[in-house]
Amino acid sequence: MEDLLSARLQMAISLGFHIIFACIGMVMPFLMAFSHWKWLQTNKDEYLHLTKTWSKGVAIFFATGAVSGTVLSFELGLLWPGFMEHAGPIFGMPFSWEGTAFFIEAIALGLFLYGWNKINKWVHWATGVVVGISGVASGIFVVAANAWMNSPSGFDWVNGQAINIDPVAAMFNDAWFSQALHMTLAAFVSTSFAVAGIHAFLLLKHPGHSLHQRAMKIALTFGAITALLQPLSGDISAKDVAVRQPAKLAAMEALFKTSKPADLVIGGLPNVEQQRVDYAIHLPRFLSFLAHGDFNAEVKGLDSIPRDEWPPVVVVHVAFQIMVAAGMAMALIGLVFLFFAWKKKHLLFHKTFLTIVALATPLGFIAVEAGWTVTEVGRQPWILYGIMRTSDAVSPMSGLMYPMITFTILYLILAFLVTWLMARQIKVLHETYKPELQEA
Amino acid sequence: MFGIVVLFLAVSLLFYCLFGGADFGAGILEGFAGKRYRSKGRKLTYTAIGPIWEANHMWLILVVVILFMAFPKVYTVVSIHLHIPITIMLIGIVLRGCFFTFRHYDAVKDKSQRYYSWIFVLSSIISSLFLGIIAGAATLGRIDTSTTSFYEGFIYPWFNEFSFAVGIFACCIFSFLAAVYLIGETQEEELRKYLLNQALKANIVTVVAGGLVFLAAKINGFHLIDLLLSHLFSALCLLLATISLPILWIALRKRQVILPRILAGFQVLMILTAWLWLQYPAVINLQNGPDLTLFNTVAPQATIQVLGWALIVGSMLILPALYYLLRSFKFNTSAE
Ligand code: HDD
Ligand code: HEM
Ligand code: HEM
Repeated sequence: MEDLLSARLQMAISLGFHIIFACIGMVMPFLMAFSHWKWLQTNKDEYLHLTKTWSKGVAIFFATGAVSGTVLSFELGLLWPGFMEHAGPIFGMPFSWEGTAFFIEAIALGLFLYGWNKINKWVHWATGVVVGISGVASGIFVVAANAWMNSPSGFDWVNGQAINIDPVAAMFNDAWFSQALHMTLAAFVSTSFAVAGIHAFLLLKHPGHSLHQRAMKIALTFGAITALLQPLSGDISAKDVAVRQPAKLAAMEALFKTSKPADLVIGGLPNVEQQRVDYAIHLPRFLSFLAHGDFNAEVKGLDSIPRDEWPPVVVVHVAFQIMVAAGMAMALIGLVFLFFAWKKKHLLFHKTFLTIVALATPLGFIAVEAGWTVTEVGRQPWILYGIMRTSDAVSPMSGLMYPMITFTILYLILAFLVTWLMARQIKVLHETYKPELQEA
Repeated sequence: MFGIVVLFLAVSLLFYCLFGGADFGAGILEGFAGKRYRSKGRKLTYTAIGPIWEANHMWLILVVVILFMAFPKVYTVVSIHLHIPITIMLIGIVLRGCFFTFRHYDAVKDKSQRYYSWIFVLSSIISSLFLGIIAGAATLGRIDTSTTSFYEGFIYPWFNEFSFAVGIFACCIFSFLAAVYLIGETQEEELRKYLLNQALKANIVTVVAGGLVFLAAKINGFHLIDLLLSHLFSALCLLLATISLPILWIALRKRQVILPRILAGFQVLMILTAWLWLQYPAVINLQNGPDLTLFNTVAPQATIQVLGWALIVGSMLILPALYYLLRSFKFNTSAE
């Protein structure tokens, strides 16, 4: 296999693996802290049990997230030395802050996991919150670094060298805010829906189990609110992309010809040879509106971009459709849940609703992976948009296929083991914790 | 600010060797534990390093981030030419962290515990060994940035006696650190005695492995002894490290906890200082052309400035938190 392709695959697989653990590491602390707080307030056993059950899961996820993140910080150099040699001094600043955030996160997690009955109970609660806050902060920092690759700023590129470096300007590039906002919400949506889904599934098997009911209620409340905000934030992102990366937007929408006004293409399979989209639904003028807020605006198509600078259109378009579809589905579920919660009706006993939530378990993570595919594949062929090509950055070592295969196998094994361990946790929970007996 | 960045780089490296090293060492020791102590040792390892291994591990991230931000050429040359040992070390780190955690948090304690332990031990050895190999390869000066041959470019720099000797030395000294550290973590007389014995053995092999490094240097045509004689400060550091050994032993026999830890840390500090001083200002010795030094690879002033401030402010946030973590879990057991 070609070295460049192997390197890209290895990067994609490592990041795709890490992001799942990163999302969980950012959001679970908040869910736990919420349940923990409820316990401190109400003294109800279920909340304590829930907090502890969740925290055991989190420890496993956190460790896997930490080590896979370590791999990433080396991989930037192992795979893309040509890029890092120039980029390190420019976009390193968010990484150095990310380091601080991780440190605090790791310390607070140690205190939280091992602090039961050892430290003051409110300090203990606060350490859980600190884990969440520093996790989100670290996420925002890395995303700012990634945003810089989409929207390079804070330096002048002269004769293949970066001069007049300004790391602060690089960190606060044009894309950082829209990406950081969207990613933070995405972490909440994906983790909350996954947690709610698992507890919904368990509720179908053990109807009325009070621990799962409380868990699902907490998780779905977080999930529903953020899922409703996510399309708004996505709209900000899309408008942003339209201005700063027209090639990416054109690929997302499979817009081959510059149009004024432009139709929104929903679904379908782009045919790049023939420059058309098969099996798609067209909404007249909607793309002009979504991209520029005006039904008559011009939207740049791929024909305005040199052919050798097109991103892979099919991948980007399909990934974008998947993200939006998943996002809409979750927003709908969230809306239904919040509506009935507001009406004080209990959907937690409603079989159909539980089935739908259970089926939605992977949706958030599917959206996250798809969204990153849009962002990263949509940036191709550039590693640093408009400045450096991915092919110029790759390591000169040949045989990159072998590390790629090794890491793929490693991550598959770990993914399998983590899933298996979660299943064992749940099984043991059901054997040792019987809410009916507790109440009697 | 340049000085501050270099200081943080050195301190992070030291802390990673000390704390991360003791974690690795605990894994290695477990592999050598006799049947009788296996389960007790495992529990002790758990309570001793469970709450802190993730924080300890962060020092490595800090080293990497400082390198790629402030000395990008060092980071990229190492990444290119030591790709293979770094990859192996990373696989070790991943397996180690995961299986350590899996073992503890697996809700069902059945036969799988054995496999977790087995991989934990094996990956602890691999990570330490390759960490040492990377350090050895950076020093030996066989990295050639102009070659086009796969063997010369990507194998020859690290696949040699000297780098492996440094790797073995790292395994030994990490085990020694771990044994000294673990002694203070238990009140149980029998376990203490056993660990004391482990510490002694680890100490002896460490000294032997140190000799091995010199021997291997000679085999590879690397004039380590000459280098030491021309860097008397380094030689002095090694001497101090050796002299402090008997004191450490007396203190251990007297059942002290804090002093032996300080002394073991001091020894690592001295060995690391000796090495860095031999290298200074070079970071990576190259076969072709001038070595990569702190000065000829440093990033522009603006970068160093923001990095320096990030490190200063960051450490003001981190150090009190770290102290609180250690106080909550560590000092209460050893205070007795
Ligand atoms: C739960 C996850 C999730 C959901 C429901 C959505 N997204 Fe998303 N999206 C992401 C998760 C995500 C992401 C994984 O977090 C990305 C990748 C990079 C980033 O910053 O966010 C992303 C990127 C991303 C981008 C590219 C940003 C860039 O390259 O800078 C756009 C334009 C959108 N999204 C738009 C949307 C729209 C219009 C949605 C409507 C429902 C939507 N997203 C739902
Ligand atoms: C959008 C992308 C990313 C997000 C949101 C993210 C977020 C996180 C979070 C929240 C953690 C904490 C660990 C956990 O909770 O499991 C983490 C760990 C880590 N990440 Fe990422 N990360 C991303 C990409 C990256 C990249 C590209 C790198 C490296 C270049 C990286 C390096 C690390 C490191 C070194 C750790 C370990 C920290 C520790 O030991 O606690 N991450 N990441
Ligand atoms: C964790 C969430 C992320 C995911 C799932 C992700 C996904 C991907 C994918 C799919 C690719 C391959 C694109 C291709 O070659 O076609 C890629 C490439 C890359 N990503 Fe990301 N990415 C993430 C975040 C980040 C962050 C935060 C950074 C850096 C700060 C980053 C840096 C890179 C680099 C350097 C490459 C290789 C160069 C390239 O292909 O352009 N990524 N990523």
